Order: sequence, then structure tokens, then C-alpha cells
Amino acid sequence: MRPEEGVMQSRAQAMQALFEVLSDQPAIICNGFPSREAHKIRDRAGNFYMIGSMGVAASIGLGLACARPDRRVVVFDGDGNVLMGMGTLATIGALQPRNLTHVVFDNEVYGTTGNQPSYSRVVRLDQVAKAAGYATVERVWEREDIVYEFTDMLNSDGPNFLLIKVNEQIEDADRVALDPSEMTTRFRAAVDADQPARPREKG
Amino acid sequence: MIESDDFVKDMQDAGFDFFTGVPDTILGGILDVLSQRRVYIPSVREDEAVAMAAGAFLGGKVPVVLMQNSGLGNALNVLMSLHLIYRIPCLLIISWRGFEGNDAPEHLVMGHTMPQLMEIIRIAHRTLSRDTMADDLRWARQAVTEHRLPVALFVKKGVVKTIQP
Repeated sequence: MRPEEGVMQSRAQAMQALFEVLSDQPAIICNGFPSREAHKIRDRAGNFYMIGSMGVAASIGLGLACARPDRRVVVFDGDGNVLMGMGTLATIGALQPRNLTHVVFDNEVYGTTGNQPSYSRVVRLDQVAKAAGYATVERVWEREDIVYEFTDMLNSDGPNFLLIKVNEQIEDADRVALDPSEMTTRFRAAVDADQPARPREKG
Repeated sequence: MIESDDFVKDMQDAGFDFFTGVPDTILGGILDVLSQRRVYIPSVREDEAVAMAAGAFLGGKVPVVLMQNSGLGNALNVLMSLHLIYRIPCLLIISWRGFEGNDAPEHLVMGHTMPQLMEIIRIAHRTLSRDTMADDLRWARQAVTEHRLPVALFVKKGVVKTIQP
């Protein structure tokens, strides 16, 4: 049994907590159920739902963070996704984008395709991120810690890496029905929209 | 031969303002100038590079990705399941290793196949030359802005001056 097992949230519960902290920061959300769940929990123009191109959520977030240093960019990623695009941790560590917060929901499986085990159960992705040079790295599983660390990261210089250990439960959520091309237009307008209420201070 | 300085200047004049990629010998001179101008952000893989370019476009930039054609293989999935379906444009500047079979063995299959490959996935392409450079860049900029689609410019050996002999 995993040490965190008893108190772990589902990814959807963890995501719900994050959305309560987010205001208008643009968020890139990785493909598969994470995007479907985010769309169900809190659809917003500032959400970019990936439906393909697995492994590059953090790269898209990095490109956006470099292009718009005035915006706080958030990436919702998964363990399988990070493992697939692990080189990007090095790129982020080298470039040090201060406005990037990289959240990884780590359920240790490829949940969208039937819970095949991923290597994150033996390879500590938070330690990889730390070695790659992220400014802040935290590993959490309880709701209170998720909210506290995420709030803190949105208010401090990154690159930040928040690894959230979650259980394997998947929310019953439909495919994202938005037209991808329209999503691009909607998201670009949201990134450009007038600027940011500061995220809530931590309590 | 095209001076790397001129090529970079013309790209910037055409409105391209975000540059990433993975190095190749043929592109060495261009990468050098981009780095001197502090506008180049190196990637570690070509799929990462095109995804970063997508993120930059979402942030309002007009992006360029430079790569060797072997890297096109790495980038294909992202081009097909991100750029082409979300209508996210970028200019791909791809060095044409293996052109007419004159290269190391690892470049021959891609060198032979690349134009057809681009036609199959419907990415419009041109091959850069000194005489057409201005028009090629205008064409690329127009495709990116008006059609919001990725386009490719192939660069053969000896067309743009590079740092390697």
C-alpha cells in the first residue's frame, strides 16, 4: 500500500481545489481524462484542453510563459505525460521561466487507457524536477497542502513544480466537445484579456 | 549564397518574432545570428520545439521552428494532433539533409521522402533560394496569418552561409 493511500484525493478533487485558487491565469491541461475532468469541473476561456499530442503540455506552457512574461501560466500535467516529455523538465530548468507553475497529478498509472502502471511509482518525478533546476518543488497529497502550496506558487517566482499524489479514480466526464480551432481563438483572447486580479493570498 | 544576417533580418521584418528549434549544421549560421540577437530559445527535441511554438502563438507571437529533417519525424505527432487540428500556425525551417541521396545513410530515407510526407499531411512547403527568399518569407507569413496553418521552408546545403565549412 502506498503511504499516502488513506488520505489521497482523486485527481478531480485535487483539480477542484486548484480551480478554487485560480483566478484568470491561463492553464494548459494535458490530454486524456485530465482535460475532460477540468472541462466538467470548471470550464473557462483560459483553459486550453489538449486532446492529442501527449507529452507536450509543459512545452506549450513553457512557450506561452516565454511569450507572455506578464502572465502567470499554469500547466496541469500527468505522470505519463511528464515521463513522455521528460526532456522538457531540463528545458524549463535551464530557461527558468519565473511565471510558470507546473502541476503534475501523479496517479502512477495510464488511467485513460486502462490503468497500466507508469514508472512514476519507482521514479520520483519531484526529484527529477528538483535536479533539473525548478526553483520550487513540492510533493503533496492532502487537500489543505495542495491549496497552500499552489497558492504560494502562484505568488512566488518559478519555475514551480507541484506533484500531487492522487488515487486512480476517474471522474465520469465526457469528451471535450469544443471545436479545437475555436478553442484556440477563445484561449488567445483570454490570454490577452485585461489583467490580473492577484491570486488569493494564502490564509 | 544567402548571408545568415540577411535571412534573419528578413524573417524579423516579415513579422516572425519567436524562434526555437534544435540545431543542424546547415542551419548553424542562422542559429548563430538568432543567438547573437538574443531571440533564440533552444529546445531539446523537435516535438518540444513545435509545442513551444504553439504556446508562443497562443500568447500572440508569430513563431518559427528550426530543425534538421530527421527531427521532423519527432515533430510529426504534435503537428498532426495539435497544430493542424487546433489551427495553430508556425513556420518550420527544415534543413534538407539527404537531398538527392548525397549524405550519410541515416539521412537518405527522410531526404528522399520529406516533400511527399509534407504533402500527405497537408503542410505546404517551399524550398528556399537566394532569388526567391523575399517572396518565400512573404508567402510563409501570409499562410501563417491568414490560414493559421503551419508551413515549411526547406533549406538545402550551401544556400545559406553557415559557420561550418
